Amino acid sequence: MAASSAPSRWGLRILGLGYVAILLLAPLVLIFYKTFEEGISPPLEAITSPDGLHALKLTLIMVAIAVPLNTVFGIGCALLLVRHRMRGSAIIDAIINLPFAISPVVIGLSLFLLYGTTGWFEPGLSEAGIKVLFSVPGMVLASIFVSLPFVVRETVPVLQEIGTEQEQAAQTLGANAWQTFWRVTLPAIRWGVAYGVVLTTARVLGEFGAVSVVSGSISGQTQTLPLFVAKQYENFNLPGAFGASVLLALLALSTLLAMNFLKRKEDA
Amino acid sequence: MGISVEGAFKSFGDFQALNDVSIEVPDGSLTALLGPSGSGKSTLLRAIAGLETLDAGLVLIDGEDVSTKPTQKREVGFVFQHYAAFKHMTVFENVGFGLKIRKWDKAKIVARVHELLDLVQLHGLADRYPSQLSGGQRQRMALARALAVEPQVLLLDEPFGALDAKVRKDLRTWLRNLHEEMNVTTIFVTHDQEEAMDVAGQLVVMNEGRVEQSGSADELYEKPANEFVMSFVGEVNRLGDHFVRPHDMEVVLDPDERTEQGMVQRIVALGFEIRVEFVLADGTEIWAQLTRSELQRLELEQGQIAYLRPIQAKSFNGSSPDDGSGASTPRGPQDGGDAEVSAAV
Repeated sequence: MAASSAPSRWGLRILGLGYVAILLLAPLVLIFYKTFEEGISPPLEAITSPDGLHALKLTLIMVAIAVPLNTVFGIGCALLLVRHRMRGSAIIDAIINLPFAISPVVIGLSLFLLYGTTGWFEPGLSEAGIKVLFSVPGMVLASIFVSLPFVVRETVPVLQEIGTEQEQAAQTLGANAWQTFWRVTLPAIRWGVAYGVVLTTARVLGEFGAVSVVSGSISGQTQTLPLFVAKQYENFNLPGAFGASVLLALLALSTLLAMNFLKRKEDA
Repeated sequence: MGISVEGAFKSFGDFQALNDVSIEVPDGSLTALLGPSGSGKSTLLRAIAGLETLDAGLVLIDGEDVSTKPTQKREVGFVFQHYAAFKHMTVFENVGFGLKIRKWDKAKIVARVHELLDLVQLHGLADRYPSQLSGGQRQRMALARALAVEPQVLLLDEPFGALDAKVRKDLRTWLRNLHEEMNVTTIFVTHDQEEAMDVAGQLVVMNEGRVEQSGSADELYEKPANEFVMSFVGEVNRLGDHFVRPHDMEVVLDPDERTEQGMVQRIVALGFEIRVEFVLADGTEIWAQLTRSELQRLELEQGQIAYLRPIQAKSFNGSSPDDGSGASTPRGPQDGGDAEVSAAV
């Protein structure tokens, strides 16, 4: 049986690798190739232009705001769903998934309905002098919305798996709820949370649809890196578009590598 | 510190886990809560620790009503069946957890943890992680962790349930010795009557959310209050209204007015002890426990007719109807495994 399955095993392997190579690796390699086709200076110039640098800065600001907020919310929400099962939990559970199900463009449009000139929240906000649409607050809201489920979804199964005994043991040893969370629960779920954070970061870095709708994509003002990429592409500045794409890819990759590095360091 | 529970009720949905339970645990004693699964014994233990909230009733530790006190303020040591080890902490950090919470200074924690690791024979394993320990070592670590904070009472929930037979026996002896040394009031939950009788001075037998009887091992064995207790703390045969222990069943070859005729169905040798299974004229299956020499003297063989004379029998007339709970029927050869038979001695 083992002997007869060897050829089919190779067949499967080649099929799997070929699929990944054509669909995932080829476009990536091509982008890298295109980026540096005419040397390093054209893409570098595009990225270091004032608009490019501003886009990078704005993208990092999005990450710096949306990721911590969604991490705290995600952990809290997961605890609520797993540890305090109550009426309505199933509904919350389903609602959390909405950003996965709804197209980002629709999310952007829904923010328009809330914060636009005829939106529900508009009268109060303009009185307070807060501008949401076509500015950073709206983009942050959109980023938070689209990346909301990741930490919850990654944390819930880990919380279920560790069970409640360790937490109860901590209580019998005199730990209050806060101490139990910091010293027992959080360390036990940390890799689930970390994975959620990496996914959230990647999503916020790369978000295009929702942010594009609410930002207006004003160069040097409300343009994140993905929007910058699109703009450069539309303007036939291919090295600039590819350069910014590579930068985005490197940012996302580095968060993943950072997590793997931390994990390996701990396992060692 | 004595513990008492008064009129405890607890239900989970439709399931009545505790139904008017009251127990009294004397200061410094080692008490077993014994019962089948679903009898409420674990719920009772968890209620004493504050891990379950009672629907009604009081928990008193050293005379003080702690019913509304949260777990972390009850000063109880609790040991879980599956150890509940903090997996991301070393053995040292696990044992020192309660001390760190109490903000002991570092040098004192180090001294105390090593003292405890010596006590539970885990010295040298301080830097290991729980995943690097055997089940028995993990449970001893959990015990050291519970004892580190010098609890008023020690509560153990089926502490040896997940361990293999040999380790169980060792830890049993070890727990008994430890209790003699430390003298902290201890309650442990078990479904294993042999374990309960081996370790505990006092037993509380529970069934279906109620206390059936409490007392010493001898009292329960010699003077069981009802069929349930009699059949739960040892093997039992049923003859009409009467219950007879297999070792109180004399086998003779000549009938008289007190004997019952039976046919030998099976003879099982379990080392020194011989289990002889009979079927009576009315179809009742009963068994007698003989020694090897008794068997040799009687020269019993399969299919042979012999006579059974109960030396000592009990009846619980009026306590429950004859066809009461299934627990009181004599155990046939199928449902009493060999291990259980030796456990009955």
